[in-house]
Amino acid sequence: MIKNIQRTLIELANIHRFVMRFYREVFMPPYEFKEIIRQCYVVGWKSLPLISLTGFITGVVFTNQSRPSLAEFGATSWLPALISIAIIRALAPLVTALIASGKVGSQIGAELGSMKVTEQIDAMEVSGTNPFKFLVVSRVLATTISIPILSFYTAAVGLFGAFLSVNQNENTSFRVYFDQVFDAVTFLDMFSLVLKAVVFGFTIGIVGCYQGYHSSKGTEGVGRAANWAVVMSMFLVFVEEILIVQIIQAMRA
Amino acid sequence: MLKTGGHIDYQTEVITVRDVSKSFGENHVLRGVDLKLYNGENLVVLGRSGTGKSVLIKLISGLLRPDMGTIEVLGEHVDELNEKELQQLRLKIGFSFQNSALYDSMTVRENLEFPLVRNKRHLSRAEIDHEVEDVLDAVGLLHTINQMPSELSGGQRKRVGIARTLILRPEIMLYDEPTAGLDPITCIEINGLINEVQEKYKTSSIIITHDLACAKSVGDRIVMLLDGKFERQGSFDEIFDTNDERVKPFYDYNFIT
Repeated sequence: MIKNIQRTLIELANIHRFVMRFYREVFMPPYEFKEIIRQCYVVGWKSLPLISLTGFITGVVFTNQSRPSLAEFGATSWLPALISIAIIRALAPLVTALIASGKVGSQIGAELGSMKVTEQIDAMEVSGTNPFKFLVVSRVLATTISIPILSFYTAAVGLFGAFLSVNQNENTSFRVYFDQVFDAVTFLDMFSLVLKAVVFGFTIGIVGCYQGYHSSKGTEGVGRAANWAVVMSMFLVFVEEILIVQIIQAMRA
Repeated sequence: MLKTGGHIDYQTEVITVRDVSKSFGENHVLRGVDLKLYNGENLVVLGRSGTGKSVLIKLISGLLRPDMGTIEVLGEHVDELNEKELQQLRLKIGFSFQNSALYDSMTVRENLEFPLVRNKRHLSRAEIDHEVEDVLDAVGLLHTINQMPSELSGGQRKRVGIARTLILRPEIMLYDEPTAGLDPITCIEINGLINEVQEKYKTSSIIITHDLACAKSVGDRIVMLLDGKFERQGSFDEIFDTNDERVKPFYDYNFIT
């Protein structure tokens, strides 16, 4: 029991040191712009097909599930407003973050874990390159930049999916639908989306990198790093979602 | 053939290890190790697996910190340097890893360019290409320049790994098990390459191995790590002229069985 507590405290101290090192190194030259752009491509562009599919399905399913409740009150005309608030405030950043946790977080954990195990990180260090800056800083910045962009994209695809459903069932035109969508959305809703997406992106990047960078020897360690990167980032995304919602609600009041 | 060592400057120590100890938990790997590497010397460190040979060169290159003792490399105390100073010192040390540690997402060319573009930012594209082709030619693998590490054989990977360390023109080379897992013919080629590197690039080297043929072929001097300490040192014949039960099996396994 005491040993478990001790181990947890040491792990927390290591995480704290890792995050602090990120903040120290992110502002110090040299800057690895080329690697950051490459990672943005890997994180963002290569996630587009999965994000498109998930965002579209979320929009369609959410609309179809919400319709019967509103229909009971004859309020299906409120569907666009309801959908836009739900997608922009909550679903777009959350769905994007969960997909990215699984796809990007595990990829980062496994890639860095395997580099650690095969001494590629040590090789970088002895050849006069700062592996933390090259591998960790670039990946965390890439996820922090890409996830907000992906979240906006998910919102757009989700709203389009919802439009198809609304158009088919309520005969609402494209223009009327999007007028209602944007009328319902406030600046604080957009701010909430950006804030969540930035925090989620940073979390996915830093958790994946931490797990990979500290992976223990052997292929089992690589698997564990990838697995924990997904589990921990998903857990933290939900915790952060709750906290940010409370903050935004307080700001709204 | 055992080397003569006529090129060694015994007045200049490029690495001095004094009373260094290193433990991992309850496992006391090194217990007060002393070691000197002279300018131009090829020093072989022999020892059984798990006796701390690789730990020693990781301590020398600053990848690990000693629990006790001091390590001086090219006149600088490794354990007292900050991250930036250590990075500068490492440019003078080439480290050839046991499994080559090639970046498997990059081609051979990109592997070799990687340390160069980060540490010599003033170089033009043409100069970088020239340097890369020059060291690849030196290890006889110019034709693999656009291949991925996964397309290379074990021996080729070792050679590319050595080429990658040579590209920064290091003064010291640290080889971790250079012949491990290779067939006898490739071992002979790698041993020849280590000697060629010493002659062409005027390096001083520490070679970690448990392959006696390698030790005999490349070593100007041999030290043997026993129970966390260097208890025997000298020429190949001096090392094995003993009845020590911890030493004899090495010779017997390599040359009798």
